[in-house]
Amino acid sequence: MSEKNNDELLNDHNHDGVDRRGFLKCMAWAGTGALCVMDGGVLKSFSLSEMSRPRPRAAGELSFVQISDSHMGFSKAANPDVVGTLKAAVDKINGLAAPPEFMLHTGDISHLSKPDEFDTVDQILKSATPKDVFFVPGEHDVLNDDGQQYLERYGKGTKGAGWYSFDKKGVHLIGLVNVLNLKAGGLGTLGPEQLAWMKADVERLKHSTPIVVFAHIPLWSVYPEWGWGTEDSAQALSYLKKFGSVTVLNGHIHQTMQKVEGNVTFHTAASTAFPQPQPGKADSPGPLKVPAEQLRSVLGITDVNYVRGQHALAVVDSSLA
Amino acid sequence: MRKSVAVALVLVAVGLGIVGLGAGAREGTASARQKPDTAAVKIDNFSFAPGILTVPVGTTVTWTNRDDIPHTVVSTEGVFKSKVLDTEETFSFTFGKAGTYQYFCSIHPKMTGKVVVQ
Repeated sequence: MSEKNNDELLNDHNHDGVDRRGFLKCMAWAGTGALCVMDGGVLKSFSLSEMSRPRPRAAGELSFVQISDSHMGFSKAANPDVVGTLKAAVDKINGLAAPPEFMLHTGDISHLSKPDEFDTVDQILKSATPKDVFFVPGEHDVLNDDGQQYLERYGKGTKGAGWYSFDKKGVHLIGLVNVLNLKAGGLGTLGPEQLAWMKADVERLKHSTPIVVFAHIPLWSVYPEWGWGTEDSAQALSYLKKFGSVTVLNGHIHQTMQKVEGNVTFHTAASTAFPQPQPGKADSPGPLKVPAEQLRSVLGITDVNYVRGQHALAVVDSSLA
Repeated sequence: MRKSVAVALVLVAVGLGIVGLGAGAREGTASARQKPDTAAVKIDNFSFAPGILTVPVGTTVTWTNRDDIPHTVVSTEGVFKSKVLDTEETFSFTFGKAGTYQYFCSIHPKMTGKVVVQ
């Protein structure tokens, strides 16, 4: 991934003033405050200063928030207080101008799959204004028991290892599990059973239905060298080609990143616990230690808005600072 | 009851002795058998070091996780499987048979390693 040293637009395919450099800006740390709006498949980005202007809000709007990678139980130098930062994330959610209807947690709820770690997260999330939380597991949530405990706690009404779908105000949301049965040398895996279910799940939907897919490990190849991708994600995405608006929300990499490919916008959320290095910028993807006073600027939440009739899903990252 | 346990223990001890003698005779290193062999693999920076470890039959290999992130040690063929190892936790396995044992971290499957037992 190279970064240009000037602001010249080199590839303005969509004539929207956003080129590769624009995408890279969107891919920057949560703390830098990029706002990326998808409107009819065209990505537009604005700075946070523009965002602070009151935005017109249409009736029937769906607003929800994504949090990820709370890693409850982690206590190393990169963040000795993951309870404090998760509480800060909840405060941030409760302070949002448009109250979100529900929350998504894209996995790594716990650090070591311990019951008290899950209990602590559940307790903290109870103080959030939105009462419904939809989870998918991270690899840290299914340790030692292939996800049995996770399923008992969060998997009621789900299929297989915990995948499911639901509808909210005309938006179809699909939660996928890609952290089980991982093969040596491989990446995240959805598996044939889940893929067959997903194919059937979306077949009945109209092409105009906005789709949101959420899973822990990115469903696009962020950096396979560090396992940041999913083996069979291309198969899953092939089922979504007919839809005009597809938004894919992931966690796992503890930093915000965005990419647009055809009708699909991919977005990863920041962690509420600790940051990880940018791809290839360290010896390993281990926790990144930043000065304590900077920590909350690299942790965050993601606010997602859908405006009915506009086919627009706005994905906004806010840091905890 | 107590007697049968004692008999079983003797039988196990005799069995081990035979296996030990057999291995020693085959390799001609009976004296080296007197002290059990041990070897160590460190988990650092999302990798196993050494990535390929060659040891004699009977060696107990101990993996130590030195990362801030948990890892596992899982045989690709299902020969051994650790519980999740948090920082500084260890897992040991004694290799009683010659062969090549591939393994990986089931949480971060890009992490792979190999133990060659001769």
